[in-house]
Amino acid sequence: MTAMLRIVSAGPGSTVQDGGRHGYLRYGVTGAGPMDPFAHALANRALGNAPGSAAIEVSLAGMEVSAEDGPVTVSIAGGAFQVTLDGQAMPSAAVMRLEPGGKLKLRAGAAGMWSYLAIAGGFELPQVLGSSATHTRTGMGGLDGRMLQPGDRLAIGAAAGEIATGRIVAPLLERPAETIRVLLGPQDDYFSADQIAVFLAGPWTISPRGDRMACFLEGPRLSHQLGFNIPSDGVAMGAIQVPGEGLPIVLMADRQSTGGYPKIATVIGADLGRLAQARPGTRLAFRAVSHAEAVQARAAEQGFLSREITIEPLIRNRFSSEFLFGLNLVDGWVDARARE
Amino acid sequence: MNGAPATPPLFLDAGEAALVVEFGRTVDADISDRVLALDAALAAAAPEGLRELVPTYRSLMIHYDPLQLDRAKLIALVEQHLHAPVARKTAAALWTVPCCYELPHGEDLAEMAGLLGLPAAEAARLHAAARYRVYMYGFSPGFTYLGGLPEALAISRRTKPRPPHDSKAILVGGGLSAIASFPMPTGWYVVGRTPERLYAPDRASAFLFEPGDSLRFEPIDTATFAALEARAESGEIVARRQTP
Repeated sequence: MTAMLRIVSAGPGSTVQDGGRHGYLRYGVTGAGPMDPFAHALANRALGNAPGSAAIEVSLAGMEVSAEDGPVTVSIAGGAFQVTLDGQAMPSAAVMRLEPGGKLKLRAGAAGMWSYLAIAGGFELPQVLGSSATHTRTGMGGLDGRMLQPGDRLAIGAAAGEIATGRIVAPLLERPAETIRVLLGPQDDYFSADQIAVFLAGPWTISPRGDRMACFLEGPRLSHQLGFNIPSDGVAMGAIQVPGEGLPIVLMADRQSTGGYPKIATVIGADLGRLAQARPGTRLAFRAVSHAEAVQARAAEQGFLSREITIEPLIRNRFSSEFLFGLNLVDGWVDARARE
Repeated sequence: MNGAPATPPLFLDAGEAALVVEFGRTVDADISDRVLALDAALAAAAPEGLRELVPTYRSLMIHYDPLQLDRAKLIALVEQHLHAPVARKTAAALWTVPCCYELPHGEDLAEMAGLLGLPAAEAARLHAAARYRVYMYGFSPGFTYLGGLPEALAISRRTKPRPPHDSKAILVGGGLSAIASFPMPTGWYVVGRTPERLYAPDRASAFLFEPGDSLRFEPIDTATFAALEARAESGEIVARRQTP
């Protein structure tokens, strides 16, 4: 019998996301995919899954899941969520074995907006245009194109071999958002040099209006020197458009494929997750970098993901200070091995 | 192609993993031809690391993995193609798309015609008599932007969006026409509705038109609309495709 993952409880905003729906932007189809691509890839890699495998993107509203019809091995990575496995506190980035009837609970923790729950064996989901990424605005992908809700059951494929459990060692997950790196353009010439300086310095505050489509910024109002209407052109994830009212909007995973406002800059790939994990109220500034620097930052992330991911066993009498820091609740940690 | 040498395009970064090749700043069939020629050339000989191509009115967005495909090499490759333009692999098709301008489908036709000082029937006749060019998709899956709207129908978009229209709405606004695949609020005028599905993931071809194709609308009455819609929903393609 195939094991299932049951959603016991789920606040709004959690969806299934794979690496994204690629190849159909030219037909107006949004790529969707994870808000924090690095954390999504890391959760998968910790289980030996391909980096773009489907995982659950858990929102700040939290989720509780349970295994049915067999044990499952899951991993989580992303924001510093509060995580409990059968009532015992776990690190916010970890690989865990969930016994049948066992319960894994994720709640908002010290920091971060999204946590990724990947599964050994992968989720068995129908593909729409080659992907299981959920895009709720068009009702596409995932589970009936919608957010996950209590009572949903997700079928799991057969997992291959034994998988080490424990804390995922990934210092790259600690990513303060005070400075977000950008490449200027593609329409930075719509803004005078002093307006670009204002844009970079900010400071910007992340508005609570944001969702998977866009991150809205509050701060100084920018003015355009060449108007604010352009013939619609392609929009990359991280594009920062400036509509007529002058407040920048960073377009994220669920953005439309094209747009008609000038884009002053684009967040570099390595800082997309950093921005996505920043909560409303976070203050930030931008720093313009060169293409070479952006590629270098991307290479550092990819290099980390392509090496063996270190999983540190959760052993009570041999904990390290990193292990303690990885816990959100120091008084509730668990000796996973002693329970076997 | 006319004799005058074309202006070289601009190469603009949209982050480190997307390059915009911009041929101009206006909506223009010659510029669109250059965008689509480059799109076809790169698709025919895609280098390692090229991810996705997005042609729009006046530029081509090239999504790529900069760890596999060096930016300078990509630009050199694009320049090479610009000097040796390649024809489209498939010739541009002419599509005949059924459109019902009658109520309840052409909800805003009378309003728009009134603002333009035309009888509603004349506005519908003009809209159906025109030959359109598929410039690009955008906005939502299958949302098709069409150039070639008659001057007499050029109207600004509404200052405030109207309530959501049905799927498959034929729109006019901002000097363009468009076909919307998903219901949504819009600043455009809903002049009619097509029974054809512009986005059908269950069909072998989820999308019908390619940018660069030509298109005209064929007026149908509400009874024909209902009959064609039933056939379209069962998987049939009810728009007709001709190749030159």
